[in-house]
Amino acid sequence: MQLIVMLVSTYIATVAFSILINIPRHALNLAGIVGTFGFFIYWLYMYFIGGYVIANLLGAVVIGIASMAAARYKKMPMILFNIPSIVPLVPGGQAYQMVKNFALGNTELGTKFMFEVIMIAGAIAFGFILAETVNRVSVRIPTKWAKRWLRENRRNPKL
Amino acid sequence: MSDEGMTGLSEVTAQEDLVVQVALRAGRIMIENGSEITRVEDTMTRIAKNAGVADSKLFVMITGIMMSITGKQNAQIEPVKKRTFDLEKISAVNDLSRQFAAHTIDLVTFESALIQLEKHPKYFPFWLQLIGAAMVSGPLELVFRQSLTNFPMSCVIGAAGWAAFYWLNRWVKVRFLSEFAAAILIGLLAIVAIRFNLGTSVDDIIIGGIMPLVPGVPITNSVRDTLAGNLVSGPARGVEALMSAAAIGFGIALVLRIM
Repeated sequence: MQLIVMLVSTYIATVAFSILINIPRHALNLAGIVGTFGFFIYWLYMYFIGGYVIANLLGAVVIGIASMAAARYKKMPMILFNIPSIVPLVPGGQAYQMVKNFALGNTELGTKFMFEVIMIAGAIAFGFILAETVNRVSVRIPTKWAKRWLRENRRNPKL
Repeated sequence: MSDEGMTGLSEVTAQEDLVVQVALRAGRIMIENGSEITRVEDTMTRIAKNAGVADSKLFVMITGIMMSITGKQNAQIEPVKKRTFDLEKISAVNDLSRQFAAHTIDLVTFESALIQLEKHPKYFPFWLQLIGAAMVSGPLELVFRQSLTNFPMSCVIGAAGWAAFYWLNRWVKVRFLSEFAAAILIGLLAIVAIRFNLGTSVDDIIIGGIMPLVPGVPITNSVRDTLAGNLVSGPARGVEALMSAAAIGFGIALVLRIM
């Protein structure tokens, strides 16, 4: 039940953030779906295994790959799906706790939250790097195989 | 005979000038509205190639673009002065570039379409943006903090913060200052709301309320640009994101410290 509430709220929040950065109307729905899917993977890892760094990393990887697929399907720039989708993963809560504790003089607690923010931000960035690698390789491999196959079989009769 | 040769030559030069002009305009629109550098380079090269200029040289940075046609004397420069987030325009330039590649529009139509795009931008109406801000704040407060009692106040204060940000951005033109002021307003309103018993936790309301201001575009672009090897523009975007985050953080810290 809680999961359904969370997924619905993630979808709404992603679409709403897309409106704020003025994404074209016919990309809104797909951006919301990509964001919800990424958050679902994040939630699955958090619920069954635990550990927020790997969870954010996996979420970012899934968002990167899914938004590339969406971009190819819609023939639109990838950043349209990428940017709103990471908003549910942004460490807003931890960043707020960090600022609050530093402002109120609780330096130790603030430092703890600062490390969490840095770890999550790094995990999301690294997740995007991994996704980019997967996207590039997944284009290369089929064309490479196809070329090699064509070269090796060029004297053969057509299938 | 020689006259014909001369007019032919100047026509070629005029055509090449037009190609560079259109490509530079398209590139500037894309950078102004928050595109990555790689996408700009790619689009501009494609425009030149589809217009019949096989070999062009580009130098794209976040503050300006240079372009020249290989073997010609002069390069042209286009500075990038303002910086906003409007992905609709990036998508529109992308569509136009695709249409140009498919030869459904020619270079002159392309340029007039770009000028139209700049003159008449298509935004979502302000009331829809307000609802959007509310629907970012409330649901994300639910996702992060799971407290249904603070949901309505989060929506209201998130929308109020966005309205303040939107109006200040028109007057001040410095994004960081508007974010700072909006963050102060969000903090104050959250504390006032608690005083009037409209919510139970300042933390939850503020966390929801600042979410519409999150610098999503610079964060994503800085990662992608740095990864693609643009070691100047990528970190510059990162600094932009950090400045935004710091502005919001200082605004909230100021309120929490004083109240």
